[in-house]
Amino acid sequence: MKFLQKMSKDMKDRLITFGILFGAFLIVEILILTGGASRHLQAMLIPICINMLLAVSLNLTVGFLGELTLGHAGFMSVGAYAGCLFSIYCKDLLPVFIRYPLAMLIGGAVAAVFGILIGIPVLRLKGDYLAIVTLAFGEIIRSVIINLDFLGGAAGLKGTPQDATFISSFAVVVISVLLILNFLNSKSGRAIKSIRDNRIASESCGVQITYYKMLAFVFSAFFAGIAGVIYGHNLNILTADTFDYNKSIEILLIVVLGGMGSIRGSVIAAVIITALPEALRGLDKYRMVIYAVLLIAIMIFNSSEFGKRIREKYDPKKLFAKKNAVKKENADE
Amino acid sequence: MKKILCLAIALLMMVMALASCTGAKNDGKKLVIGATGPLTGDNASYGISVKKGAEIAVKEINAAGGINGITFELMFEDDVCDPTNAVNAYNTLMDKGMQVSLGAVTSGACVALTEEARKDGILMITPSGSQKECTQYDNCFRICFTDPDQGTYAADFISDNNVGKKVAIIYDKSNDYSNGIYTNFVTEAGKKNLEIVTSQSYTNQSNTDFSVQLQAVKESGADLLFLPIYYADAGLILTQAAQKELNVIFFGVDGMDGIIKQMGEDKAALTEGVMLLTPFAADSSDPKVVSFVKVFKETYNNETPDQFAADGYDAIYAIAEALKYTGITDTTVADLNEKMVGAMTNITLEGVTGKMTWSADGEASKSATAVVINNSKYVAYSK
Amino acid sequence: MEFLSNLISGLSLGAIYALIALGYTMVYGIAKMLNFAHGDVIMIGAFTVLATVATAGFPWYIGIIASVIVCTVLGVTIEKIAYKPLRKANPLSVLITAIGVSYFLQSVALLIFGSGKQSFPTVIKANPIKLGSLIIQGNSVVTLIITTIIMVVLTLFINKTRLGKAMRAVSEDKDAAELMGISVNRTISLTFAIGSALAAVAGIFYGSTYGFVDPYAGAMPGIKAFVAAVFGGIGSIPGAMLGGILLGIIENLSKAYISTDLADAIVFGVLIVVLIVKPTGLLGKKIREKV
Repeated sequence: MKFLQKMSKDMKDRLITFGILFGAFLIVEILILTGGASRHLQAMLIPICINMLLAVSLNLTVGFLGELTLGHAGFMSVGAYAGCLFSIYCKDLLPVFIRYPLAMLIGGAVAAVFGILIGIPVLRLKGDYLAIVTLAFGEIIRSVIINLDFLGGAAGLKGTPQDATFISSFAVVVISVLLILNFLNSKSGRAIKSIRDNRIASESCGVQITYYKMLAFVFSAFFAGIAGVIYGHNLNILTADTFDYNKSIEILLIVVLGGMGSIRGSVIAAVIITALPEALRGLDKYRMVIYAVLLIAIMIFNSSEFGKRIREKYDPKKLFAKKNAVKKENADE
Repeated sequence: MKKILCLAIALLMMVMALASCTGAKNDGKKLVIGATGPLTGDNASYGISVKKGAEIAVKEINAAGGINGITFELMFEDDVCDPTNAVNAYNTLMDKGMQVSLGAVTSGACVALTEEARKDGILMITPSGSQKECTQYDNCFRICFTDPDQGTYAADFISDNNVGKKVAIIYDKSNDYSNGIYTNFVTEAGKKNLEIVTSQSYTNQSNTDFSVQLQAVKESGADLLFLPIYYADAGLILTQAAQKELNVIFFGVDGMDGIIKQMGEDKAALTEGVMLLTPFAADSSDPKVVSFVKVFKETYNNETPDQFAADGYDAIYAIAEALKYTGITDTTVADLNEKMVGAMTNITLEGVTGKMTWSADGEASKSATAVVINNSKYVAYSK
Repeated sequence: MEFLSNLISGLSLGAIYALIALGYTMVYGIAKMLNFAHGDVIMIGAFTVLATVATAGFPWYIGIIASVIVCTVLGVTIEKIAYKPLRKANPLSVLITAIGVSYFLQSVALLIFGSGKQSFPTVIKANPIKLGSLIIQGNSVVTLIITTIIMVVLTLFINKTRLGKAMRAVSEDKDAAELMGISVNRTISLTFAIGSALAAVAGIFYGSTYGFVDPYAGAMPGIKAFVAAVFGGIGSIPGAMLGGILLGIIENLSKAYISTDLADAIVFGVLIVVLIVKPTGLLGKKIREKV
């Protein structure tokens, strides 16, 4: 206990995050090995990892840098196409364990390059204007891909080897979360957070705003690219239409639901948003209606005054505290 | 912290809901057929049509006592036209004990499913996935035409019957069905000396305003407008072409079926003289089609079935034929998959979309007939 | 002739974007939120006309009135249930809620009206004007005229009336406005009512111009109009009008002379260039930063 108390708050936070990740991983693996996991659940594992990666990386720009971007799916698609093209051409040249990580690095790098190219003009803007311009870039990327025949055009890119496995995807998530947490705790990370909290104050303290904004943006694009590569290697068809603004909004949804600036929240919310529509399959045609209602309800519950009151009333800590207090009283008597 | 707790609880409930849905026991007297298609989202109309057609076929077969004493059970899952969703839906169906798959309704999703079906080895018959890769493995078959065939047929027909000389085309570039037909039409037209005066395209993000494309067609002096697209978009083109006073012959392919219903009474006049090449025509006098259309209308609020519904209906009957051929009386046998797949190349189906046989590469051989719309009815084309 | 014809159809498309963008801009200017569900209110408006005119057989003017009433009530209800509890929350939470509302409207419309594209009744009966081989749609002319009138009336309303003044006050500073005796809640409700009524009108024009409606018909025009509003400078009423019309013209001309497939990319490209040169849009106010 003393050991725990000594630990910095930050260290504790990290331990909890990775504890949750590995705990979930263990439960799933045990379920798979004992045959308790349905195929439905197993099929969702890789998409969940992809969404975790996307949400954590978007959280960098939206949650920590404080800039709303709506073009995250664009970076994902660029990374996916680059990585898949590489894998298709090297299918027979390289073994999987070299080809697949290399494809990821290439996808991430290409996405990062696009991040720089787009970041230069975009990051001069603010607020909703920045949001709409990133949305515009995402849509431009999509319509250009549809018109490029060597990327498969509208029919989609086929023939990517299906290299993605749950374990490798999970490993990528753990490594990425670790890298991002370290990044956030470094000097650069603190600079980025200071820009979010007060741009003018941090500028006057000598923080190079443009440089750090760009750094966060490019970092975020890099991981989105990797997520795209995993996506491309999980299915045998890659279509540009998957990466429209609705996909960007879905990622944003995960970030907001999990709490902006909370990596752990993003990780958990990614599971919820991926699994919720699947869990509602039994509702048949009412599925999307219920999904929408749940979404609105969760947002109101999480962020409104009304929700706050309810949460405080049923706060488990307080409930436990009360019980303990009662117990103590009884003991005293 | 409180929020995280809320999230975690929600999560736990969901995982439990998902983990618990394991398959039901099959006593061997039923064949579980699973299908995925868009039931919500932009392309929902295709999935819903296939579902309706397939449900009617299942009902008919079960009412007649099933095949070899085996009744059919159809389960249809939503895939929102997205490959990832389709794979999830497919796996849900496998959990529920699916034995034969209808694949996916749309091409992209269907290609993603071929990989899963190959691993499981089950028979997969897609009603309407028209892309070549939808049948890339030995256990995958399809009911509809492949795209290449239709383009070639259409060009041949137009040139052989002298329907038009100067051809303009409007096609959907973001749709592989439309793209495929377009490419092959252009190749064949080159061989047959048809002059293509203009090719205009659009995408699924810009499929409401066709004024620019129609203006270009008008300026090009074409006498025939070839529309390798689905009826919903074609309806808009007909409406807007009338506003532009464009005088050409409109020529469609099987996706155009449904245009009469689409335009409604209000704009029925606009469909007069439209030609289309289709294996299925809801107004055909073929007794099979007549009875299918009658039952469909009775079941679904007087709605006329379209091409997709007919494909869904035939897909179920193809499975029935295959099951009949294998002579299996208990669907729990170990080699159900091999027998069903093997049967496919040996059967002949007299379906509502024509007489079909299947080759080993999964393609259905069938022919299309040209019809003209006259007084809101299909009439066989004659010069 | 071809150029003129394309220009006119671009104008007509732009007028519809402008109508939708007006609604976006008003809500943004006063409630400071992006109402992503605005596009879907348009779809509901169009379906209301379809249900009253084509299905129930009422005359066209009843359809229009019904549509305006339904949309106004819907807009105010959405604001009361989904947005009002979040007025003090993070703007992103409101954005996500708006997206939830958008999903909700789409899926409810899918359940009620079915999935297919449905033919829209001819509501606006205006004869086309013919000048030689140039045909100008009656629809386009009516859309343009009505949009212009609405813009002028709205500008006058906001600048000359007491309610308009209240709206401007709320937009400047909610707390100060409250202290001056303005009911912020009522003003925001009024804004939503006006915005949604405009959406109903836009829905009717959209349906009549393209001749169809389906549950997802509002999504793309909604996004485009949002772009138009930002293009013109979000929060500015003449800006929304200008942005909408320019967007429509650019879209149609690039379709005609550059590439039909890349038209959307070009539209977005122009938007990016404009915003980089003028970061608050064409007619947007420059916001000075306070230290």
